[in-house]
Amino acid sequence: MRTLSLALRNLLRNRRRSLTTLFAMVIGAVTILIFGGYSRDITYGLQTGFVLRGGHLQIQRKDYFLYGSGNPAAYGVADYQRVADVVARDPVLAPMLTVVTPTISLGGIAGNFAAGVSRTVIGSGVVVADRIKMRQWNDYGLPMNLPAFALTGTADDAAVIGNGVARVLELCEPLAVSNCPPHTKPGVAAGASAPADVTALAALESRPATAAGEARIELLAANVHGAPNVASLRVVKAERQGFKEFDDMFVGMHLTQAQRLLYGSEKPQATAVVLQLVHTSQIAAAKARLAELLATTLKGEPLEVQDFEALNPFYGQAVGMFAAIFGFMAVLIGAIVLFTVGNTMSMAVMERTAEIGTLRAMGLRRSGIRRLFMGEGLLLGVIGAAAGVAAALCVAWLINHAGLTWLPPGQVDPVPLTVRVWGETRLILGTAAGLALVAVVSAWWPSRRAARMLIVDALRHV
Amino acid sequence: MNVVNLNQVGKTYHLDAVDVPALIGIDLEIRPNCFTVISGPSGSGKTTLLNLIGCIDQPNCGEVIVAGEEVQKLSDDALSDFRARHIGFIFQNFNLLPVLTVEENVEYPLLLSRMPAAERKRRVEALLDAVGLADKARNIPGQLSGGQRQRVAIARALAPSPKLVLADEPTANLDSHTGAAIISLMREMQREHHVSFVFSSHDPKVLAEADDAVMIRDGRIEQIERREARAGGRHEQGAGAAEGGRGAPAQAGDLTPEAAP
Repeated sequence: MRTLSLALRNLLRNRRRSLTTLFAMVIGAVTILIFGGYSRDITYGLQTGFVLRGGHLQIQRKDYFLYGSGNPAAYGVADYQRVADVVARDPVLAPMLTVVTPTISLGGIAGNFAAGVSRTVIGSGVVVADRIKMRQWNDYGLPMNLPAFALTGTADDAAVIGNGVARVLELCEPLAVSNCPPHTKPGVAAGASAPADVTALAALESRPATAAGEARIELLAANVHGAPNVASLRVVKAERQGFKEFDDMFVGMHLTQAQRLLYGSEKPQATAVVLQLVHTSQIAAAKARLAELLATTLKGEPLEVQDFEALNPFYGQAVGMFAAIFGFMAVLIGAIVLFTVGNTMSMAVMERTAEIGTLRAMGLRRSGIRRLFMGEGLLLGVIGAAAGVAAALCVAWLINHAGLTWLPPGQVDPVPLTVRVWGETRLILGTAAGLALVAVVSAWWPSRRAARMLIVDALRHV
Repeated sequence: MNVVNLNQVGKTYHLDAVDVPALIGIDLEIRPNCFTVISGPSGSGKTTLLNLIGCIDQPNCGEVIVAGEEVQKLSDDALSDFRARHIGFIFQNFNLLPVLTVEENVEYPLLLSRMPAAERKRRVEALLDAVGLADKARNIPGQLSGGQRQRVAIARALAPSPKLVLADEPTANLDSHTGAAIISLMREMQREHHVSFVFSSHDPKVLAEADDAVMIRDGRIEQIERREARAGGRHEQGAGAAEGGRGAPAQAGDLTPEAAP
């Protein structure tokens, strides 16, 4: 008869109390795991969104990240094609890569002269075929339903803009943007009528310069020499971007178009070479290898590597926030479990005082008494944690199959509300081990008290 | 050699800043293979004396020697091991472990003494057979009568082959018929296992069975009566009594009073 066997029987002795304690532990485990699974899902969703757009790593000209947005033309990667080739052919990196593609980010002013409106925008020049490939990345198996990439099969002058840009530039109608509030222009101040010739000229000026139903914008940006350059872009689609700030500024175009805008007849550059990896977990290894390449093969140009977390600080903030909430919740639940199990064990010690005296009289050492009650705490912890994990898996399954949807931060369309518990081994084991540990710790004080009882006092206890 | 020697043992309890002497200058020797009964009125110090002999309490002064070992010098762990090897306990309320079966209760002290499993099994079976509970081996204490529980307690106390078995009012919670049967069983076991039994009891039936009777009052031994061992009806002289075996020759069935220390 081993200590654990005796401990188990003692737990079964007061079934109702043991079940109540276990129930509290199960509730705790379910809460931790479901919230953990939910935050894990959000984290993976955010990460996937960022990786789909900007890859895991970007090779940029040194200091582009800090100063380049003010003058992207001056901070370009001149030999970007060679950089991309070296990276793609590197025997260490190649197995980790899904896509290596150049990109251009630029700032400018987009205008719809027909409507007489303009606004500042952030432009992005991409290689369409590579972007299509990047959009297939789904390392975490998230339920995604991405629409086709809007620039697919379009001419070089095609562009896609954010819904916000379309709204401000009054392109909702030709682009069939829904949820575009009706727009009433501020009225002209009342006064004397303009002369007839002026009115006629004005009518000519406001005449649409484009074919009916076509949306065009003019994108103004500073070229490599600092002179203004304008590109006329045909907007093929307006797409809602995840964040309003981005939605109000986004203009996507072909890389070649963006290069012409920035570099004109000069040798085209890219502001970054984007690397998308097979798995996010490979970032550290890939960065280490890239550091070697930048110091050897690619040392001709001052380059540096940024990962998606550095490029998207929101990701780190969101992950940190969820980690803080998770930690707070885990501590709170841990405290509840601590006191629940501690209370149960204290009651067990009190009820079995005479038994403790008997065991000690028969020759069981103090350490044996301690082991006995700690064993009960451990069993409560292990059983509670196991039952909690099982219950959490069931609850997660129910939630995942309930057909609920929600709009996570940074997403455009509602996504299925899912909690990722199954497969999250570290989360499950961490929670289970944590609960078991808390239960053992809770049993420590009552066990110590039991072990330190005077035998004669214990035997006298009724 | 005596199983127990108490030399000038004293025990005082501190209750609410008041010192209450429970035992004062106790000198006592417990002979081997004897049935010794400690008797006296309530509050006289019987249980305290039994606790000191059983090494579950410490005296404030004096010397307690059990099985040749000066037990006050032992650490708590060593004392636990010592009890596991040399002392068996029978309690008034039986104090069986309710979650264990009858055979597991008897086996428990053998686990503490780390006896091999096969030997344990044999020993448990033999003891349960001896106390007439072989058919109840798989029952739990809650399914037994009071008398049966006390039989289990006797088997448990004898399991590790102790030199000394202590019983605190073992018949107090039993009806007179069952109590008599239990006393008879203990007497039988004592003879069979060659072990010293020490009781605290008011029960005249227990006193009648005693080889030695220790009368205690107000924490002092008032009288020690030794009687010749009854085995085989032979007349034996009480030996090793308090104060160096000053016991007078005794007649079978009579108790021979000795001067209290």
